[in-house]
Amino acid sequence: MSPVQQSVLAAGEAGEHRPLIISLFAVFVVATLGITVWAGRQTKSAADFYAGGRQFSAFQNGLAVSGDYMSAASFLGIAGAIALFGYDGFLYSIGFLVAWLVALLLVAEPLRNSGRYTMGDVLAYRMRQRPVRTAAGTSTIVVSIFYLLAQMAGAGVLVSLLLGITSDAGKVAIVALVGILMIVYVSIGGMKGTTWVQMVKAVLLISGTILITFLVLLKFNFNISDLLGTAAERSGKGDAFLEPGLQYGATGTSKLDFISLGIALVLGTAGLPHILIRFYTVPTAQAARKSVIWAIGIIGGFYLMTIALGFGAAALIDQKEITDSNPSGNTAAPLLALHIGGVDSAWGAVLLATISAVAFATILAVVAGLTLASSSSFAHDIYANVIRKGQATDKEEMKAARWATVFIGIVSIALGALARDLNVAGLVALAFAVAASANLPTILYSLFWKRFTTQGALWSIYGGLIVAVGLVLFSPVVSGDPKAMFPGVDFHWFPLKNPGIISIPFGFLMGWLGTVLSKEEPDTGKYAELEVRSLTGTGAH
Amino acid sequence: MATDAPPPSKTERHFPSTEEFVEVQQSAEFGELRRAHRSFAFPLTVGFIAWYLLYVLLSNYAGGFMGTKLVGHINVAFALGIAQFVTTFLIAWWYARYSAAKLDPKGEAIKSRMEGGA
Repeated sequence: MSPVQQSVLAAGEAGEHRPLIISLFAVFVVATLGITVWAGRQTKSAADFYAGGRQFSAFQNGLAVSGDYMSAASFLGIAGAIALFGYDGFLYSIGFLVAWLVALLLVAEPLRNSGRYTMGDVLAYRMRQRPVRTAAGTSTIVVSIFYLLAQMAGAGVLVSLLLGITSDAGKVAIVALVGILMIVYVSIGGMKGTTWVQMVKAVLLISGTILITFLVLLKFNFNISDLLGTAAERSGKGDAFLEPGLQYGATGTSKLDFISLGIALVLGTAGLPHILIRFYTVPTAQAARKSVIWAIGIIGGFYLMTIALGFGAAALIDQKEITDSNPSGNTAAPLLALHIGGVDSAWGAVLLATISAVAFATILAVVAGLTLASSSSFAHDIYANVIRKGQATDKEEMKAARWATVFIGIVSIALGALARDLNVAGLVALAFAVAASANLPTILYSLFWKRFTTQGALWSIYGGLIVAVGLVLFSPVVSGDPKAMFPGVDFHWFPLKNPGIISIPFGFLMGWLGTVLSKEEPDTGKYAELEVRSLTGTGAH
Repeated sequence: MATDAPPPSKTERHFPSTEEFVEVQQSAEFGELRRAHRSFAFPLTVGFIAWYLLYVLLSNYAGGFMGTKLVGHINVAFALGIAQFVTTFLIAWWYARYSAAKLDPKGEAIKSRMEGGA
């Protein structure tokens, strides 16, 4: 499929310190498995499994939300995008952060008040249950699988860098290991276990990033201008490295791609099912709001530090070394750790091992959150409410969720092998585009538009979903590009790598059109219930 | 686990009927709460999305302006990027203050009355 990337590191320095790296990975895995088993013992009811018993504090949830959100895309992908394309990579950081305001102002609190376990609870609230829940479940699973794909790509890349595994079989084995771990985390620990794993991960990721940022800034005497200047010079691109346009500025089409990406980033977050279900883990809407505020603080701080990670990597490492290690720059952050500590020193190796273990923890925690979101939605929306028509017991629902976990684990292992050479942040941006096209219009119409009907909900979910996924399928991400999933073939006709600019307005349009063209009367009683409940918390679970 | 507020006790709560919900939805008191939320959240959402899109468009089509150096190697593009962070933090803080002062008391009053079974 792709040329074997013989990593400089894997053969050399990292090789000697492989036992250290593997030990740190193992410590994290054992610790989180311990948490999972402990949480599993306390998981008795469906509310425990899906919502962690709703007893986490706003700060705990804010930390877990951050742990759920800052994925391999944020850590490996953004650092790599900035290291290679300078300023253009920084758009990810900004879009990923600003997007939280949509969740804060419009979605988090109403969702917490009116839903129970899943995004589908809110979408189907005043609609015909079975069709809308089927649609919500479908889009939840599709968005989560796109997102999983990115995390799996990150895991494969990381491990081949660190362990020198370059054979396809070896990478598949690693992806399979991640898949199996996530099945164990989620099926045993449920939301409680997942939440604790995400909190631990958030603390590790923030600490690791602060450490590297501090060391980078120390090297430049805390002079950011110097850091930027050195990065520009060493990148070989001069001032252009610090200006917009290096990645997206070449043609009119690529500029459109930039806008498309920008829109998907800012509108995607509030439609991500694995983020939305986190708001059910706190007791009230006020706590949900406070957890978003905490998350904005933590995530914003982290994204500010991506400046030091990305430009630091560009300033301290040769471009060729970055692209030799991974063509999309996904390994820039761990490479930076090695260089900042000293390539031939033990300190460099320790830093590399630490940062890699942090990245590994990051991936595992996000993967667990995604798996939980999709298996919850399968069990609660599709199994309990569609197949069993609301007659399933708690026990049966949880059993279905555990089986769904196994199934989704296997699917993502299978898909994970496909996406290795794509930039991880770019892949996650696709999940954002799908979420913004299929989920966000439906969520907003459901909560704020009295007239919205079942047909409108179905048209916006399926319309947004099909157009977004369809355009990706025929984009250069999948075929017709050396870095595509299938580089050998070319069936692309859609020129943009991100579908958002078409699919997001389309999702909104279909929701409106489906509603005005439907013959059914909206259920005004149910809307009164939803509206009062969403703003006041009356009758909230 | 520490929590910010005691969990609502499930046993004593009254889940209001649809008629009660409709009645409250049409009350002046609820109308005020809805207006207080929407008149804050909607324009602000339009505002920050417009500000963000402006930034994206400037990056695309105003390269010369964005590349203007301000201090050392720090250019307009970088400064505007940081400004996006700052406005995000400020809006979050502003909404937290506003909702605690203007939305929560109104919502709480309606909720406790409805769940009290009045």
